[in-house]
Amino acid sequence: MIRFVPRTRTPVWLSVAVSIGAGLAALALTAIPLALTGAPVFTAFALMAQGAAGNGFALAETLTRATPLIFTGLAAAVAFRAKLWNIGAEGQLYAGALATVALGAGLIEAPSYVLVPLVLIGAALAGAVLLLVPVLFKTRFGADEVVVTLLLNFIVLLFVQMMLEGPMKDEMALGWPQSAPVLDEATLPKLVSGWRLHGGLVLAILAAVLLHVFITRTVWGFRIRAVGENARAARYAGLPVGKAMALVGLLSGGLAGLAGASEVAGLKGYLTADLSPGFGYAGIVVATLANLSPLGVIPAALFVAGVFVGADSMSRAIGVSNYLADLVVAFALLSVLVGGLLTRFRIVFVRRGTA
Amino acid sequence: MWEALDILTQANFWAATIRIATPLIFGVLGALLCERAGVLNLGIEGIFVAGAMSGWLAVYLGLPLWGGVVVAALVGSLFGLVHGVLTVPLGLSQHVTGIGVTLLATSMAYFGYRVAFPNVATPPRIEPFAPLDVPLIGDLPFIGPILAQQTGFTVLAFACVGVLAFVLARTPLGLALRAVGDNPEAVEAQGLSVVALRIGAVMAGSALMALGGAFLTLSAFNAFYFGMINGRGWVCIALTVFASWRPGKALLGALLFGALDAYQLRIQTIAGGVVPSQIFLMLPYIFSIAALVLVARRADYPRALMKPYFKGQR
Repeated sequence: MIRFVPRTRTPVWLSVAVSIGAGLAALALTAIPLALTGAPVFTAFALMAQGAAGNGFALAETLTRATPLIFTGLAAAVAFRAKLWNIGAEGQLYAGALATVALGAGLIEAPSYVLVPLVLIGAALAGAVLLLVPVLFKTRFGADEVVVTLLLNFIVLLFVQMMLEGPMKDEMALGWPQSAPVLDEATLPKLVSGWRLHGGLVLAILAAVLLHVFITRTVWGFRIRAVGENARAARYAGLPVGKAMALVGLLSGGLAGLAGASEVAGLKGYLTADLSPGFGYAGIVVATLANLSPLGVIPAALFVAGVFVGADSMSRAIGVSNYLADLVVAFALLSVLVGGLLTRFRIVFVRRGTA
Repeated sequence: MWEALDILTQANFWAATIRIATPLIFGVLGALLCERAGVLNLGIEGIFVAGAMSGWLAVYLGLPLWGGVVVAALVGSLFGLVHGVLTVPLGLSQHVTGIGVTLLATSMAYFGYRVAFPNVATPPRIEPFAPLDVPLIGDLPFIGPILAQQTGFTVLAFACVGVLAFVLARTPLGLALRAVGDNPEAVEAQGLSVVALRIGAVMAGSALMALGGAFLTLSAFNAFYFGMINGRGWVCIALTVFASWRPGKALLGALLFGALDAYQLRIQTIAGGVVPSQIFLMLPYIFSIAALVLVARRADYPRALMKPYFKGQR
């Protein structure tokens, strides 16, 4: 007979071990469908590892891919901490990207030390406001935020397509729906010349550190955690639950908006409707792998980014579909959820009859 | 102006309404069955994809059309089993697990499709369900041509509404299912297994969701496309709240949504050029959010929805 005994506190090493174990379990589980297709399993994984971190260029590519995932991972982590189920980071990312183009592609001309912060603030605000709508629907009308944020993703993407075919269309782009490029003054600097790695990574890591300090060291951070642990108890204790929720919404939406700004102003230089291959959804996996810890989001984002970059490279080499990466990521999410039981409970074996 | 109203008199419009509503009928029935038993199943979007892909692939590989329907239902119930085991006995977060199941089912379907067809320019096709050719009904005035365009798969959807309504309202099993979502302690006190009932409901509900996906590839279209589900699953979750978890109202909600979607498709051609098409494409999603917000205040959620139940613990 097995019994689950709740833990009062979880040692940090155990959380880390569970996350690493989940990543390995995900790879093991993915090996099953991979083997069924007749592909060489070990070669495929070796090629993935090599493609993700085999040399400096591969590593830089993984870091570049991790940058938006850190932002969306933080967006999910802070929201889920307060049990605000923001599944709309994808839409908020595009809202941030739209704001980046709206402000940074010629509307305002200013030196970069003015324009870059302006663009970042604008993008964060756009994402934040977009999430504030479902948060208000939740607190005012009791409408489930999951469905509203999910559906908003589709609405925002259609809105982006509309803008790209209409007011924001770059007339120089030969009919391809893309926005005008952002000005050089609005562009985030490259970290290493010749590589795609850009200043967005520094911002993302900074955001993770700041969010960690905010959540663990400030009064509002404590309130957010309290609301997430038990909203009714928090309300009974006189905490401003509605305000805390609104603050979480602003933070989470703002972080997702920054992901969009970083991709446009740091990497692509302009906006297309396929800017994000699901960074918003992958952020949920990143946050869960990180056990909702802001600092943990960084390695978790690196893992997920490495899987995607590695799978692309593996796919080019031996022709196994790169949807394998999505499979690893999905298995990782489910594995870490199951593994999370170990961090919340001690498993005690009891002989039948003695319990 | 008259053109906009004229749409409502066209048999084609009403036929399209039913065609668009059919997958949603399956989806909402599936979602409400899971939720009535106390489990939110956000795996729905991915289960739609998996059902669409697996049902289609089975027919492509030589099974008869109804064989494809059965395969889709089985695949759906397997993903339901995964969601059920993780959320019911293990009590994991139903939100995050559901997203995980969606990611898993979607990536398995896409990966499987790419394995089966590594390099195809145009998606391979099958011979889909043919419209029902029932002599007398087809001759009825106005509704005849509307019904004559539907397939046996749509008839199955309408039959499922009746069967699920009957089972939930009139049978001991239905009583147990409703009770397990409202008051699991009472079910346990009767000597029934909360775990078995909930997992069973999630598996059956997921099978229905998968049928919604399969309808798209076996009846509405004849091929599988990436991104063809495009949020239909999430719409079903909103419509479930709108339908107050009742099969009859689920049918109504799905038809209303179908009518709106069919209408926006037609009005696009009239207003084309003046208003961007994306505005019309947004309408179904906006409608879903509006429906959810309007009914949310007085929504009568199953009382134990999203509350894990552990035996002997209150």
